[in-house]
Amino acid sequence: MDFGPHLLLASLEGAVGAAVLALTALGLSLVFGVMRIVNVAHGAFFMLGAIVAWWVADALDAGSALNFLAALIIAPLAAGAVALVAERTILRRLNYNPESTIVATIGLLYVIEQVALMTYGPDARPVEAPWDFRVQLPWFGYSGYKLMVIAASIAVMLAVWWGLTRTRIGLMMRATQFDRETARAFAIPVDKVYGGVFAFGAMLAALGAVLVVPIQQAHYLMGNDPLLLSFIVVIVGGLGSLRGTVLAAVIIGMSDGIISVFFTPTLAKIIATLVVAMILVIRPKGLFGTQSA
Amino acid sequence: MSRGSFNKAAALHLSAVGVLFALHFILPDYHHGNLARIMVLASFAMAYNISFGYTGLLSLGHAMFFAAGLYTAGLMAQFAGLGAAGGIILGLAAGFALAVAVGCLALRTTGVAFMIVTLMFAQAAFLTIFYFGEYTRGDEGFIIPSLQRHLFGLSLAEPAVRYFVALTLFALCVAVSYGVARSSLGRVFAAIRENEERTRMLGYNVFLYKLAALAISGAMAGAAGAAYGLLFGYVGSTFASIQYSIFPLLWVLMGGAATVLGPFAGTLLMFYLVDISSAFTTANMLIVGLALIGLILFFPKGILGTLRERVAPWLP
Amino acid sequence: MAAVTLLSTENLSKSFGGLRAVDGVNFAFPAGEIRALIGPNGAGKTTFVNLLSGRLPPSAGRVFFNGEDVTRLPAYARVNRGIAYTFQITSIFAAMTVLDNVGLSAQRRLSKGSFGPDPDTLEHAALSALERVGLSKRRNDIAGNLSYGHQRLLEVAMGLGLEPKLLILDEPTQGLADEEIAAFVSLVRDIAREASVLLIEHNMDVVMELAETITVLDRGCILAQGTPEEIRRDEAVKRAYLGT
Repeated sequence: MDFGPHLLLASLEGAVGAAVLALTALGLSLVFGVMRIVNVAHGAFFMLGAIVAWWVADALDAGSALNFLAALIIAPLAAGAVALVAERTILRRLNYNPESTIVATIGLLYVIEQVALMTYGPDARPVEAPWDFRVQLPWFGYSGYKLMVIAASIAVMLAVWWGLTRTRIGLMMRATQFDRETARAFAIPVDKVYGGVFAFGAMLAALGAVLVVPIQQAHYLMGNDPLLLSFIVVIVGGLGSLRGTVLAAVIIGMSDGIISVFFTPTLAKIIATLVVAMILVIRPKGLFGTQSA
Repeated sequence: MSRGSFNKAAALHLSAVGVLFALHFILPDYHHGNLARIMVLASFAMAYNISFGYTGLLSLGHAMFFAAGLYTAGLMAQFAGLGAAGGIILGLAAGFALAVAVGCLALRTTGVAFMIVTLMFAQAAFLTIFYFGEYTRGDEGFIIPSLQRHLFGLSLAEPAVRYFVALTLFALCVAVSYGVARSSLGRVFAAIRENEERTRMLGYNVFLYKLAALAISGAMAGAAGAAYGLLFGYVGSTFASIQYSIFPLLWVLMGGAATVLGPFAGTLLMFYLVDISSAFTTANMLIVGLALIGLILFFPKGILGTLRERVAPWLP
Repeated sequence: MAAVTLLSTENLSKSFGGLRAVDGVNFAFPAGEIRALIGPNGAGKTTFVNLLSGRLPPSAGRVFFNGEDVTRLPAYARVNRGIAYTFQITSIFAAMTVLDNVGLSAQRRLSKGSFGPDPDTLEHAALSALERVGLSKRRNDIAGNLSYGHQRLLEVAMGLGLEPKLLILDEPTQGLADEEIAAFVSLVRDIAREASVLLIEHNMDVVMELAETITVLDRGCILAQGTPEEIRRDEAVKRAYLGT
């Protein structure tokens, strides 16, 4: 293949990665923005989404399209439910202390991962794509499903943006993010908002995972890379800034896709990790952050 | 500042080391070997306790200091034929140097940003081990040649020698922790943990004190890492992974942050929890996860921290 | 008698975004004085004091202390030169004993080399600071358990432990009962025998009773300066306070 088409292919792969990453990172960013906590178990919710998707498809066995559709609905709900329980029983009792929460969510990450290992097992298993349609470009054919992933991710992000800016629930979330005490004074049920935001963050991660299982198989350790990448995205985008998060996801997802087509992954990862660390050292609030970290 | 509690505490720590010495003659082989391992890991936990417990610096990257010592000693033994004494000294120096370098950058941040910056530096260090896979053999790791595993002519593969080297390291770390806890330096560390801005406005260069805490911590972790490699003969990338940054946090939380013997209590308990549970399940990290959640919910001060609060306020 | 200037600023300014919180202030403060800094809310008092103590970097201008340009010095280094600052919001080490709190403030000054001070010397220094504010009986209490008024006194004792040349008291009487305020006034007089005192204060009775000179800040600039009597009669000050 020539350089031009090769670059196009790499960009498309990057865009698919960016689409999934943006959804996952958006969940992490919402939780950080509204609740001021870092959820280390976010990658575990991602993994949970993928595994539940496999279970649903396996149990239902009603053809690839229906299986996938059912997984798309059930998996995020399942991850959201687990997150809600964790929030009610653990995080709330810690009073959302930032450092205690990190320790607790590390624990939660291990628990979810190990329960997945005990029940789902150590194997990697795929979920079939809902359809097997290829878009024929002049140089190569490209998976229609992957293009749909990009479209779906954009649609979900627009919906989230609409929900945050145009609905009452979104207003409550933004008020809580702005100042928890004042929000309480205005009779906003801050406690419920926290539970809802934490569950919703997990649902976004699970949704990203369902979209990814037809491309990449479900495995009990699959959440670790998305967690690290989401972290990077949220930090670079500015802790708590949703617009920054999406922008950073696109930049990082695209460049990650393109870099891994052309370069050795280890060196690229080392450099990327160091760059993120240095960004935080120089600008602790992130590139686009306005709020204090 | 009262003298009576000073002697009581000193006596307690001396007798703890004494009991460990006596256990050498009593314990059956299996537990004897475990205890040697636990003492080295507890030294790592004590290192973490200096920065996290006493100074309040929650690092998520301490595996890099442990691994700096481990790999320095291991690679020097493998490729330069360096013996155990030199390995431990160089390992300590490597941990110290890395901690100073990382600290100069990471300590410009605080709180959550500090946690993530240390995590990122540790991740970069972890990946670096793979990048030089030709020498480090990445995941698989390598065995330190037994010829280099000698200290003053004694083989470290010998259980008794191993036990006493581990005990020596452990006792030194207890002494350093105890010294820091009791010193005016330790009081400034505690002041930073409690109220950084106030400490600054009492004329302390907070950055330098934090760097000192991290440097002491890094040096101890490096020494522990080097000793671990030389005593047990194996060097591998697992010891640089995120898990090994989480473990010392867990051990310290479990035993009691900012207590001298807390890290040992935590390491001991956690080691046997995992050891016993692995008889039933391969998913023994489940125990770790549940322990973390349970601790932070119900015993945020840990075993010795709770003891200090309830019965023994003189405990350093 | 021409007093030695202890602290002065030259065209000192600080902007936040577009807002000029402190705007080209030229301020001079002779050694040995009790000076009050007053002004309506939002006048820039706290920002100005933060520029003096080094907690904020200035946008422009310079700060001189004891004949030395300290503009570029970080806060902790200014404390070591002799500028002590007591916080407006009580800021003590709540989990430590009262004695350890004051010990921390005296410890750095008494340390020789990299080892800490002799324990007896340190305890003596800490106790004498506590005696001056009347807290020596509480030396072994946990600081966080003290009453609010006692915590304010501990805050001052920590300032005294530094043996400063200049003690900046940021709203020290806020939240104190009347009899506590009376005791506080005589404490400040006692302190002023050894150190200069810069007092930021809302309580006009305290200001009028203590201050030898009053500087009035309004919208980031010095509006007036003079003896309490002069300030009391100043029309511009009246207008600023009444908001007309």
